[in-house]
Amino acid sequence: MVAFIIRRVLQGMMVMVVIALIGFAIKQSFGDPVREITGISVSAEEREALREELGLNDPFMVQFGRFLYNAAHGDLGQSFFYKKPAMEVILSKAPATLELVFCSAILIVLLSVPLGIYCAIRPKQLFAKFVMGASTVGVSIPVFLTAIMLIYIFSIELHWLPSFGRGETVNIGGWQTGLLTWDGIKHLIMPTVALSSIMLPLFIRLIRSEMMEVLQNEYIKYAWAKGLPPLRVWIVHAFRNTLLPVITVGGVQLGITIAFTILTETVFSWQGMGSMFIQAVERADSSLMVAYLVVVGFIFVVVNTVVDIIYGLVNPTVRITGRK
Amino acid sequence: MKRLLLVLALAFSLLMAGCGGEEKKAEETKAPEQAAEKAPEAQPKTLRLAMAADPVSLDPLVQLSGGMLQYSHMVFDPLVRWAQDGSIVPRLAYKWEQIDDNTMRFFLLEGVKFHSGNEFTAKDVVWTLARLKKSQDFKGLFEPFEKAVAVDDYTVDLVTKEPYGLLLSMATYIFPMDSEFYSGTDEKGLPKDAIVKTDYSFANINESGTGPFTVVHREQGVKTEFARFADYWDENTGNVDEIVLTPIPNDASRVAALLSGDVDFVMPVPPQDLERVESNDNLQLVIMGGSRVITLQMNGERNPALADPKVRQAIVYAVNNQGIVDTIMKGFATVASQQAPEGFAGYVADLKPRFDLEKAQQLMAESSYPDGFACTMIAPNNRYVKDEKIAEAVVSMLSKIGIKVTLKTMPKAQYWDEFDAQVADLQMIGWHPDTEDSANYTEFLLMCRNAETGYGQYNSGSYCNPDVDALILASQTETDLAKRSEMLQEVERILYDDAAFVPLHWENLSWASKKGMNTADVVNVQNFPYFGDLVIE
Repeated sequence: MVAFIIRRVLQGMMVMVVIALIGFAIKQSFGDPVREITGISVSAEEREALREELGLNDPFMVQFGRFLYNAAHGDLGQSFFYKKPAMEVILSKAPATLELVFCSAILIVLLSVPLGIYCAIRPKQLFAKFVMGASTVGVSIPVFLTAIMLIYIFSIELHWLPSFGRGETVNIGGWQTGLLTWDGIKHLIMPTVALSSIMLPLFIRLIRSEMMEVLQNEYIKYAWAKGLPPLRVWIVHAFRNTLLPVITVGGVQLGITIAFTILTETVFSWQGMGSMFIQAVERADSSLMVAYLVVVGFIFVVVNTVVDIIYGLVNPTVRITGRK
Repeated sequence: MKRLLLVLALAFSLLMAGCGGEEKKAEETKAPEQAAEKAPEAQPKTLRLAMAADPVSLDPLVQLSGGMLQYSHMVFDPLVRWAQDGSIVPRLAYKWEQIDDNTMRFFLLEGVKFHSGNEFTAKDVVWTLARLKKSQDFKGLFEPFEKAVAVDDYTVDLVTKEPYGLLLSMATYIFPMDSEFYSGTDEKGLPKDAIVKTDYSFANINESGTGPFTVVHREQGVKTEFARFADYWDENTGNVDEIVLTPIPNDASRVAALLSGDVDFVMPVPPQDLERVESNDNLQLVIMGGSRVITLQMNGERNPALADPKVRQAIVYAVNNQGIVDTIMKGFATVASQQAPEGFAGYVADLKPRFDLEKAQQLMAESSYPDGFACTMIAPNNRYVKDEKIAEAVVSMLSKIGIKVTLKTMPKAQYWDEFDAQVADLQMIGWHPDTEDSANYTEFLLMCRNAETGYGQYNSGSYCNPDVDALILASQTETDLAKRSEMLQEVERILYDDAAFVPLHWENLSWASKKGMNTADVVNVQNFPYFGDLVIE
């Protein structure tokens, strides 16, 4: 296990260096940050002086080397727009995004597991057909459209839910949480639903098809023959084996969910990392962009590592193979 | 089963723990007089305001942009300011008089307090002008100024290097800062008056102006809370007690926030939503013609065809700018035939928009390129209202006179480098003059390019007419405003006849708010809403 984790950490660091390199290579083509932080009538020399001062005129490798050196010391550069270290900006935005992803992950698990199982064991029922139909529709509507429709129905027409932002937040040890106030939770509902709308149908379908496949197995037939109670057959025997592929896909999808937060956060003006990233791109705030890519790369690596460990817990053969 | 749930719970807790380590200290910046947590929105009149962006800093001199000037009008007061009719009215200076060719004397209000409690006096004006001349963004505008001299505590002279007709207009940009508050060093040992664009500075996160509002709480990019300054000198103003400013960059979301009642006031309103806002019984929409002109520059040096006067004329005649305003801008713009809109010194009423396809075809036939030619064009796709659509429309309009245009559009972050490098034959640029004056358009867009003086900095078409240059330079030191206006009108005529550029339109300005506010009274063409004067019934 230790060797496995060390290997994963080394791989993760490689991944992050590569991401940083790519981010660095493309950041030039995102535009000139100096343009964004000066008024339009500022003279060319003033701009040139500022560029020189910020080290933007140095050769690519010098800039990248400096970035790596600083990154190794925990400094991912300075955000031009926020006038603060990029890492500090990202960390201040992280709670918003993580709470959103967390809530939508819970929503997905709570809904997809029972619905998926139900659709697998009662495929002919009308409700199961309805769920499957709805999931097809759900998966094919882009998330920003879902979001705008939600805003239109629940904010503009019904006035039930607020249309933007996080509402009132409570500061717990530096973590700005919206989960502890009623206002914060009201603000969280629509973004959570919108963000879930892509992954939920996918998971229902995944669980259903895996489960149906498992239900065909010999050992399930044996369990039925043995006269085990249906719940035990479905949940303990069938569902457990359904979970393996679901966890793998889930881990990867969790990362993709973070990517989808970019859209959701933009529409709901949710002040998380996603909308921060989009704005950094628009403002050519290149240090912040690169820092975001590195941090998200880090999250991907962590999630995948955790998934692999869980996988080992659920399915011992993985551990055994790994040990060889 | 239990074990399974445990595993799932573990998965989540691990994930959250992995990310939970990334906690940090509270990141919001706070103004010195930091009030308590947000008060319940009961009796005080709160304005929930949504803009496309929030101020990038609390230091008004860090960046010269519309957003920063809007902020300055909330937290600071200028010496004088624009009224809706284009005149200049007193603020901190209640009276002014010309002493000699180069000097204007301002008489300042007495008993005005800064947010820090310090008294506002002439020395603050002197200090602020000196700082303006150090600011990277403002020093260009204040180049003609020599210095400010405090005659006594409440009288100050602004001295220019040469006679300067725009002195009073520029005084609208002098927002006196609290010299005592901003002097010395902060706890980090850094000078408090440093102007820093990309890093920490005292002035970036603290303010002390004389304006109607103080900054109570600020979380950049999330929200800024303002509270009315208790000792504000002008008692004859609006009744807003606090303002909560939220940036909502996404157009659709900003309008949705207004329609759902989550905010009270939004600016700007995107053209596609104007009707929805207007037809809503609870909302009011205020629209004004703005002064940002959208133009195309034609580069005759890159493409010899565009040096042919007939071709240039033909292009101007071929572009149906009325059609662009009607269909693409949904009427949310004013068709332009010249650079400066009505009300500006250089505006010439008899210069009419020129769309006439037949005339354009005839001009092409008479030119040295009767069979047309090919050229390239660039335009931004997120800088001006509908910029990309406008560029596409122009391409199809020019195809009707045999000009085959290859268009490339790109985000504004990448656009300006390409624009400066003059990579295409036709390039789009919009311009809003910082000085609110006609000459500024020509100085930046159409005077002969000159790296040393900086004139023609955005003249990507390399248009150059010595007569125009001479007139503009002469207008700068002309203090007789009627004479000056004649010169600037002459410039517009020459540019019109030369087909120096393709005029498209002036973008309109828009503000939408709930009913029961005097929105129409506090907004202006400069787009600096005077929220201090806003009255909510």
